[in-house]
Amino acid sequence: MTHGVFMNSKEILDREFLEIRGKILEIGAALDRLDRGEGDVSGDPRLSLIHDAIRLAGTKEPHRAERIQLLFSREYDKAWQDKFDLTSKT
Amino acid sequence: MYYIDPHLHMVSRTTDDYETLAKMGCVAISEPAFWAGFDRGSAESFRDYFKQLTEVEPRRAAQYGIQHFTWLCINAKEAENVELSREVLKLIPEFLDSPNVLGIGEIGLNKNTRNEAIIFQEHVELALAHDQQILIHTPHLADKYQGTRMILDMLADHSSLDRNRVLVDHVEEHTVGAVMEAGYWAGLTLYPVTKCTPARAVDVIERWGPNRLCVNSAGDWGPSKPTAVPDLILEMRRRGHAESSIRKIVYDNPRMFFEQSHNFQLPDPATR
Repeated sequence: MTHGVFMNSKEILDREFLEIRGKILEIGAALDRLDRGEGDVSGDPRLSLIHDAIRLAGTKEPHRAERIQLLFSREYDKAWQDKFDLTSKT
Repeated sequence: MYYIDPHLHMVSRTTDDYETLAKMGCVAISEPAFWAGFDRGSAESFRDYFKQLTEVEPRRAAQYGIQHFTWLCINAKEAENVELSREVLKLIPEFLDSPNVLGIGEIGLNKNTRNEAIIFQEHVELALAHDQQILIHTPHLADKYQGTRMILDMLADHSSLDRNRVLVDHVEEHTVGAVMEAGYWAGLTLYPVTKCTPARAVDVIERWGPNRLCVNSAGDWGPSKPTAVPDLILEMRRRGHAESSIRKIVYDNPRMFFEQSHNFQLPDPATR
């Protein structure tokens, strides 16, 4: 369910096309800069995360922003209180 | 449009910022206690800080017609020092009757450690013992999802807690749902790189609806923009949201949340 979305898809694309284009160019340019830099970061897990996130953004599934956030997040372990020896009061 | 910024660290800002905020329509702010950028060495440093929050800042804000409210705690980062934290926790009750104190905050987690969790729970118990509202900081970046879930687990331990009197702040796309579905208030912080842009904040509002959502700048000593809330107002206008809908997010909602604190008194800006 969405609340208060007043612009249609065409209006949103008209408004945001140049902004989206600019943001994609920034990503491409930053990756070029990484390539030009001395050294090799191809094994750095952060770079893999960036490539995974770019792939996620390009899918047609909904809630891409939420899924990209989760990609960059540490995992949550439901049993964390036991591991910390902090007993839940419930 | 007049608005309330429910999270703004004015001790770190200049008097010029108060003037700019007033010119942009800000009528009230609330300032949670936070990390000063360095770890303080003693509880007495916190006593001085609490005096600054309860005595100095309200006077500075009043010069520009802005009402200043505050929240008291030892922040999550310094909560790693359990001994110091417990000394600070003992200090807090002597300030709770100050006229601008809204509750306990911003408590929370930083790196999601055991010590942080222990002190978080002790803050919640303090709030419950003194019938105080709670404002909660959630961790940054990769730690946010895990930390937010841990915080919700700990809050769920307190059956007597009124969830409508708790605001979980700095939510983003991946944490807002769990907070809202559990019945708490949620805060969106407008930091361009590490938290939410105005456009993404409006996306969240459009997805989850305007109820129990507030928006803040969380302006502090780091890269931040104390006038970020007007940026959100502009984004909502550009998308065609009604003025009444915008006012609900930037004024009615924080007012409704704060009014649950017995210290909150704010004359209606439309009639003063």
